[in-house]
Amino acid sequence: GRARLSRWDGRGVEEEEAEEEWHQLYPGHIPTSPLQKALLAAGSAVMALYDPYRHDMVAVLGETTGCLALPNLRDKMKRHPEGHRILQERPRIRLSTLDMARLRGLPDGSLGREYVRFLEDNKVSPDTRMPPKFVDDEELAYVIQRYREVHDLMHTLLGMPTNMLGEVVVKWFEAVQTGLPMCVLGAAFGPVRLSARKLQVLATELVPWAIRSGRNASCVLNVYYEQRWEQPVESLREEIGIFPPP
Amino acid sequence: AVRLCRWRPLLSRPLGAPRALRGLAAGPEMHFGFQTVTEAERREKINQVFESVAKKYDVMNDSMTLGIHRLWKDVLIHKMNPSPDTLLLDVAGGTGDIAFRFINYVRSVRERQLQRRLKHHQNLSWQEIFESYQEDKSNSLGDSQVVVCDINREMLKVGKQKAQHLGYSKGLSWVLGNAEELPFDDDKFDVYTIAFGIRNVTRIDLALQEAHRVLKPGGRFLCLEFSHVSNPFLSRLYDLYSFQVIPVLGEIIAGDWKSYQYLVESIRQFPPQEELKEMIEDAGFFKVDYENLNFGIVAIHSGFKL
Repeated sequence: GRARLSRWDGRGVEEEEAEEEWHQLYPGHIPTSPLQKALLAAGSAVMALYDPYRHDMVAVLGETTGCLALPNLRDKMKRHPEGHRILQERPRIRLSTLDMARLRGLPDGSLGREYVRFLEDNKVSPDTRMPPKFVDDEELAYVIQRYREVHDLMHTLLGMPTNMLGEVVVKWFEAVQTGLPMCVLGAAFGPVRLSARKLQVLATELVPWAIRSGRNASCVLNVYYEQRWEQPVESLREEIGIFPPP
Repeated sequence: AVRLCRWRPLLSRPLGAPRALRGLAAGPEMHFGFQTVTEAERREKINQVFESVAKKYDVMNDSMTLGIHRLWKDVLIHKMNPSPDTLLLDVAGGTGDIAFRFINYVRSVRERQLQRRLKHHQNLSWQEIFESYQEDKSNSLGDSQVVVCDINREMLKVGKQKAQHLGYSKGLSWVLGNAEELPFDDDKFDVYTIAFGIRNVTRIDLALQEAHRVLKPGGRFLCLEFSHVSNPFLSRLYDLYSFQVIPVLGEIIAGDWKSYQYLVESIRQFPPQEELKEMIEDAGFFKVDYENLNFGIVAIHSGFKL
């Protein structure tokens, strides 16, 4: 850049060069330098372990460490017809876009009905997903957003509740599926806070199943869930390649 | 194609600010950090920043300055050297750091006075000694008082909670008010302080005029604020730390990148030492001087109303 004269002498004022302008790629985007990303990754990892209620830190960790996994995921989506359509149409899963009444009215065992049941049983909402901030590509920002919004559907498909145990199982599945370092870290460190009994169930049954399913299944981001609410969960599981839960 | 966004280069700056935009008789456009906003927008944005940071304000100060802000505030109080009958107005005093230090200082001065008096009265009866203790215990602050004034309710709330928690109650009052238009009469206070607050004032000239108004003749104006590091090497290091680390700390600790980005930008936008000195003189203060702390990262400006 050009040398800048001091602003305070009132005379020599240098204008900002146009191409150095700070610009947002998408609403909520905060551009960061490589150093800042590294600091954020380290800091968010520590904070997420220290205070598990800081979901925003898990989100930040995912964004700052996903620079290899996210393009990978995006390419997988591009190569698949349904995934490609999702990338084009950019559907969002939000309470305002879901017709909850209709989904509730669907037959038991259908994706829509079970998804709504899951949301109500666990008292969660799809609107609490953090929007991405530190991803420096707006298409990849959408990919990570989609991954976050589809997380609850993962719970539904895997039949796992939102307690610590259930979350860890889903993380293992997601780690195998997406390769996101945040999932790998979550899967590895999540169990730290579990009781011995739960750890045993986790290690002997749930994790092996999650890994096998994750490996066997096609990419879960390539499923246009919004167009499959009527499909029975079991049929969708089979189609994707998720083994029935233990 | 992957569109990589260019992150803002380390030392890039927006347009320099002509005097009009630096808190003097301002036109409609002002700075909010490196953004250009209207005066009304600026007030609102700053209000939001402090509402958002209030609860984590102290934690963040410790993290960002590695605890050094405590030393800076200690220096301010020592420079002030208040006596037990000083009436202090601490503007933008939010979470009470200056007020509490003031009270501690005055208490210890009073105790030393008491001890000296007792030493001179070696032949008092026990009754007389007992009575003098009683009288001084109820008056441990002397006639001192500190009024903490802040424009932001959340900050005052945190300050009051802290006071309760730490056991400060006597001689301390909390007032919601605007530095540009103080809710106090003329010629009221012995000392006026504003620590890390004047940077967020939209019309600095008005705040300085108000400071002059509410001080008694002979009263002292003290301003503790981030300032300009002239040493080029240190300046680069300081910039690096400010722009690369502080917003990250804000995100990690407080979940709030933007407020801390604003903070480091507002520091760069603030007038440097000499210019602030001139502004203080313009408001009618005499014997205006400043002292740099840590190579100018922080400066204490002082002036007297005659």
